[in-house]
Formats: sequence, C-alpha cells, structure tokens
Amino acid sequence: MTIRIGVTSVLVDDQDKALAFYTDILGFVKKDDVPMGRHRWLTVVSRHDLEGVRLVLEPDEHPAAAPFKEALVADGIPFTSFTVEDVHAEHDRLRALGVRFTQPPVAMGPVTVAVLDDTCGNLIQIACKA
Amino acid sequence: MSLLVAFSFPMGSTALRRAWKVVDLPSKATRAAAIPCHNAPPRVDTQVNTCLLFSVTNVFDALAAESRRLILDELAERDGQALYELCARLTMKHGLNLTRQAISQHLEVLEAAGLVRSARDGRYKFHYIDASPLEEAVRRWGKTTKEGK
Repeated sequence: MTIRIGVTSVLVDDQDKALAFYTDILGFVKKDDVPMGRHRWLTVVSRHDLEGVRLVLEPDEHPAAAPFKEALVADGIPFTSFTVEDVHAEHDRLRALGVRFTQPPVAMGPVTVAVLDDTCGNLIQIACKA
Repeated sequence: MSLLVAFSFPMGSTALRRAWKVVDLPSKATRAAAIPCHNAPPRVDTQVNTCLLFSVTNVFDALAAESRRLILDELAERDGQALYELCARLTMKHGLNLTRQAISQHLEVLEAAGLVRSARDGRYKFHYIDASPLEEAVRRWGKTTKEGK
C-alpha cells in the first residue's frame, strides 16, 4: 500500500489571476503548466518542498461551485489551510502587500490561525503552532 | 400584527425574526390593551415602559444561556467576527461542542435582543457586539439604588 497525497486543489475563478496571487503574493512556485482544452493543468508547490504536495489551481466552472464558494466566504469559512512558521509575521508581510484578512492572527488553543482572501473567490487559513 | 403577537413567538425562531421585521405600530386600542398596568392611563410614557419591559425580557432571556454569554465575551475581545471565527473560538478556547447551526441560532437570539448586530461587508458577514440594550435594562435599577442610599 503506497497511497499518499500528491495533489490537492482550490477552485479559482481565473487561473492567470490565481497563479499571480499564489506565486507573487503567497510565495508558492509554479510546478506544472500544461494546456488542457480551454484551461490548464496548473499547479504550484512550496518553495521549501519542490517535490512535495502540489496545489492545483482548478477552474471553478461547475455551476455548483459559485454558490458553494459564496456561502463559505459569507460565513468566513476557509476553503483550505496552509502551514506557515509564524502566522503573525506572515500576516504582517501579506497585509503590507495589500492582502485582505477576514480574521487577524488569533490563538486558538494549540494553534494560531488567520484567514485571508485569495482574490479568486476563496478564504484561506494560515496556521502555525501557538 | 400586534406587539403581543410578535412577542409570543419562541425566542430565536425565524418566525420571531420575521415578526420583528413586519411588526407595525399597534393601533391606539391595541396599545391600550397591551399595557398591563390597569390604573395608569395609556399615556406615552407608559407605552414606552411597556415596550422597554418586553425588550428587557429579550435581553435577559438572551443572556440566560452560557453559550450566548461566551459569544458576547469573544466579541468583546475582538469585535466584528465572521461565524467561522466565533465557532473556532467557542470550540478551541471554551471546548464547546456546538454545531455551526446551533451557534448561528444563538446569534439570532442575541440579534433579536439587540445585543449583536450583523453587517455585510462586501461578500463577508461580520458580527458586532452592542451592549446598549443591556445598559438600558440596568439603568432602571441602577437609578433606584443610588436614590435609596
């Protein structure tokens, strides 16, 4: 049994915009960029783990995606969570780059978390050990 | 719809929230009937007191549950939270085992009592604490205590 997690995904409203945000702002590195019909197989990885889990920037074309994403955003619920070394430092860095946070860093028991808007229709949590 | 009908709905139900929104100012006759004090003529100040009595009831009903007091505690610590943050705080900091729906319903009760306001900010919805109904409620007896000294 060699099952493992190779990719995970976020549903984005625009792949170009998403690639710019996830690389230039969040700091991921582009891994795959393969044309597939009207869209691309587009993935990014952590610059600290180039062979690690890939994040697919996946078009949110399915009609069910829009109401699902809107409902999550309205309630402040992040679509997924990324791990950082220091949530406070990352919050300050991203705020300086103009990123909108719906939740500043808050200590929640064993972790400190903050929630940001990825500009592609998702909220994303960043987390570190408290 | 009279005020009494509006307030006879169970706390926090959507029916109550709808009633709040659609309730009209009652007619003179309805207002007189709604005033429990028999001796006092239905003057404006009596009507105000009657309305205040109802809202005080809402405020203290809302505060009767520990979960709702904790929600206010957390909003007092950081005002303007999304539902997600409130859920996370109640679960992670206070060990409450409540569903998101339950917390949402507690927020409805607090909103009906005027202790919490929610506001849309673009695509986000945030919740804010408003202690003014509580100050209103406490003022009645606060004043009495000072004069009694």
